[in-house]
Amino acid sequence: MRTILYILQKEFRQIFREKAMLIIIFIIPMVQLTILSFTATFEIKNTNIAIIDHDHSHESRNLIRKFEGSSFFTMSAFYDSYEQGAEALKKGKVHQLLIIQPNFEKDLKRDGKAKVMVITDAINGSAAAIMSAYAHSILMDFNKQLLVEDFPQLNVNDPIQITVSNWYNPQLNYTTYMVPGILVLLVTIIGMFLSGMNVVKEKELGTIEQINVTPIKKYQFVIGKLLPFWIIAMFEFSFGLVLARFIFGVPMLGSIALQLGTVSVYLIVVLGFGLFVSTITDTMQQAMFISWFFMVIFILMSGLFTPVESMPDWAQTVNTLNPISYFIQINRMIMLKGSVFSDFAQQFYSLVIYAVLMLTLSVWRYRKVA
Amino acid sequence: MNQKSVVLENVSKSYESVKALTEVSVSIEKGELFGFIGPDGAGKTTLFRILSTLLNPDSGFATVEGFNTITDYKSIRKIVGYMPGKFSLYQDLTVEENLKFFASIYKTTIEENYHLVSDIYRHIEPFKHRKAGKLSGGMKQKLALSCALIHKPEVLFLDEPTTGVDAVSRMEFWEMLKKLQVQGITILVSTPYMDEAALCDRVALMQKGHFMTINTPQAIIDEFPMKIFGVKSNRMFDLLIDLQSIPSTEDVYRFGDVVHFLNNETGFDMNVIYRVLKQKGHAEIVVHQVMPTIEDSFMLNMKKADHFNAVMQ
Repeated sequence: MRTILYILQKEFRQIFREKAMLIIIFIIPMVQLTILSFTATFEIKNTNIAIIDHDHSHESRNLIRKFEGSSFFTMSAFYDSYEQGAEALKKGKVHQLLIIQPNFEKDLKRDGKAKVMVITDAINGSAAAIMSAYAHSILMDFNKQLLVEDFPQLNVNDPIQITVSNWYNPQLNYTTYMVPGILVLLVTIIGMFLSGMNVVKEKELGTIEQINVTPIKKYQFVIGKLLPFWIIAMFEFSFGLVLARFIFGVPMLGSIALQLGTVSVYLIVVLGFGLFVSTITDTMQQAMFISWFFMVIFILMSGLFTPVESMPDWAQTVNTLNPISYFIQINRMIMLKGSVFSDFAQQFYSLVIYAVLMLTLSVWRYRKVA
Repeated sequence: MNQKSVVLENVSKSYESVKALTEVSVSIEKGELFGFIGPDGAGKTTLFRILSTLLNPDSGFATVEGFNTITDYKSIRKIVGYMPGKFSLYQDLTVEENLKFFASIYKTTIEENYHLVSDIYRHIEPFKHRKAGKLSGGMKQKLALSCALIHKPEVLFLDEPTTGVDAVSRMEFWEMLKKLQVQGITILVSTPYMDEAALCDRVALMQKGHFMTINTPQAIIDEFPMKIFGVKSNRMFDLLIDLQSIPSTEDVYRFGDVVHFLNNETGFDMNVIYRVLKQKGHAEIVVHQVMPTIEDSFMLNMKKADHFNAVMQ
């Protein structure tokens, strides 16, 4: 037991002696949390829309005014021809084109129907879907208004009335949604890289040679290597929670103790993973690349930026091996839904199994004798 | 005194296709200062890694204080001190922190064994708050030796401790080893420097994973089978080739600023050398008989081994 304490003391000394390390551990994550939380959002504001009005009628101007009235759109240009609009779209000056056919008003009054065309720059698929949906809803609104004004005799009430209410995040606030996920990301990066680099650094410098001839036991060495980063990551997560609550105003409905309890298990997975990587590599460079390989895949598939539900079936199957995905789910559930343990027991047990597996693997792979 | 401290029995070790050690055997007495002398690649480091339980031999076995390096490695780790060839202490910890750390891992303290390391540690104690990485080569070596000694080991393995250290520090270092030997510690040391061989009780001359000779330095010199002449002239470059033309020449090689000439004819007369060289147009010829050194013995053994290998093939 005392031996572990001495190793811990040595590790902490080395960590805090390196100034770059302090920045990596304390400053970088906080900057990331702040920047990412404010910027990683799917909300789209200020869509530049160009209008090509071939009709120039009362009704066409009414429609255009509707678009003008929306805070979502910025009227960036009025063109005379479709070609001009297409050119602007190509150059990226505008994101959307609204084209109103000649005889728009006439067709509307005579036949009771007319056509408009909306063209959306779909380079970014998810943004395009949102822009189209906005345009669509404005047009629907316009439709309804026409019916009321021009055909008051019709009963325009829809037979089914839809009321949407967004639970757990009523304002669809993206910060609320992103912060719990980004918190997970931060402790993952810290945990995986620091623990991964640490052992391999001793290999590279040759100091492990001197340690290996001592009577230090395997488990003492592994604990001595993991515990410092576990403590640092726990501290960091708690600090992140404080920022989340007081700077970002993210609701914290669930139990904080439960949250810290789950993160403590999750960190064992991450640290074990890092340690395993460092036992199978010989240089920091190799360890770095292998860690990055898994990290990028885990993060992009984790559901942090894109919903897991929209991924293909095989990807969702692969995701059962993704610890980040489990913990982002758990963290969001606790913070935003106030979930209790039984709500995410399955995910939690998956993490426990993962933790045991990673630790066993890395202890097994770490050899004192070649 | 006649107890064995370290025993190697037909130990072999290969790295993929390279044979690092081929069936080497030796037994080293308690309290002996034993040197493994050989050039880079002779297998010295492999030997030390096997003895300090970092590497398992492919065949054969080794024991340290009666403990087998494979089955009893835990017992060995408690009683040996190992100083790897490459500086392996924590460069970002201070001198004192390094020493404290290694003391505490062995469940002891600096104070408890200070008498053991005091002679060595005294030199670096004024710099005890300096980071190990900022020490000079000689000071690093003293710190590494202190760390290897702080748990009062029975056997000390020093892998090329004097490589990259200046001549004065090297002599100091050997004096320290002599003092440690008095305390009853068995010391195994490897070195590529032939002149250090004379400072050991016994040495093993190593080449390509074999022991060529194991004996006391004096015996190795005494057993040298022929006379050696140191030769100089105004045309040192041609000297090597021209001396070869003398009948019964065993070997000719550079040795410092002279050329060593070995002839296996009994009763060889050194006037032959003068005559031949004059014929070949040399001037300022100086010839005198010299005492053989360990290096001469090494060269001769190496030549024999090469010849033997060539015949075998």
